[in-house]
Amino acid sequence: MTASPLQLSVVFTLGPVAVTEPVVVTWFLMLLLGGGCLLVTRRLALHPSAAQAALELLVDALQGQIRDTMRVEPAPYLPLIGTLFVFIFAANWSWLIPGVEPPTAHLETDAALALIVFVAVIWFGIRARGLRGYLATFAEPSLLMVPLNLVETLTRTFSLVVRLFGNVMSGVFVIGIVLSLVGLLVPVPLMALDLLTGAVQAYIFSVLAMVFIAGALGEAAPSQRRAGTSEKRVVR
Amino acid sequence: MNLNQPINLIQIASILGAAIAVSFGAIGPALGEGRAVAAAMDAIARQPEAANTLSRTLFVGLAMIETMAIYCLVIALLLLFANPFAH
Repeated sequence: MTASPLQLSVVFTLGPVAVTEPVVVTWFLMLLLGGGCLLVTRRLALHPSAAQAALELLVDALQGQIRDTMRVEPAPYLPLIGTLFVFIFAANWSWLIPGVEPPTAHLETDAALALIVFVAVIWFGIRARGLRGYLATFAEPSLLMVPLNLVETLTRTFSLVVRLFGNVMSGVFVIGIVLSLVGLLVPVPLMALDLLTGAVQAYIFSVLAMVFIAGALGEAAPSQRRAGTSEKRVVR
Repeated sequence: MNLNQPINLIQIASILGAAIAVSFGAIGPALGEGRAVAAAMDAIARQPEAANTLSRTLFVGLAMIETMAIYCLVIALLLLFANPFAH
């Protein structure tokens, strides 16, 4: 890959709409993940099959992470956070299929994902505190902080985009450059590093989404929050 | 890029700017990440039972710090591939 990472290659056009490569890969991943989950969860059993056990393990781990990070019951947030994590993970590792470029290595996919988080933060914030209560959080700790808080809301979304894009794209880019210089076997350690980066970035994206949502919830659920912390203390 | 035509000053400046942005932009985050990891190691050595929480916080913090270097990378790429002055 020596072309500009900011340009997209059009695969085919649907009438006036040009369908680019990341869109095709994204839909393929969505079909794969959604279809796979449907297939596995169609016949749920008390004595799970291997696939069902693996999925249960994943869901359980996600629930544990949400409980640890947000200190609330994970049920309302699991669909969003879990989907974000699984999709970004799959997207970051999709270059393991030869000829496929990860859709997260393009700015547009990351912008869409960050936009989902941006809207979800507002949605969960308003649902937990009401419109007035959510808007009041911008004036914390004092009214002087309103512009700063507004700017922060935008910049952290922007940094979500740039972080994911930069990490994934730079990995793809470096491998492309090394491959064009030396070819066989030398890029393999870099590829292994890329796998690690992809997994860590998926994790970080979802953790940051959790942190932002938890920040919007604030102290809205004090009973759950206190229960969570005391439970933690007991465990310690 | 045609090598026969005289080299554009803006291209030279862009390439230099990209190299400087990445190289100098990597210094600060590298120092910061080193400090963060050292502090986390210290904390884990003191309290091994808190390693889970610590490493999660460490990862998120490292990602935050790393973003600064990634910004520089994006600036460099903009200079190289999407330079508004080059055309």
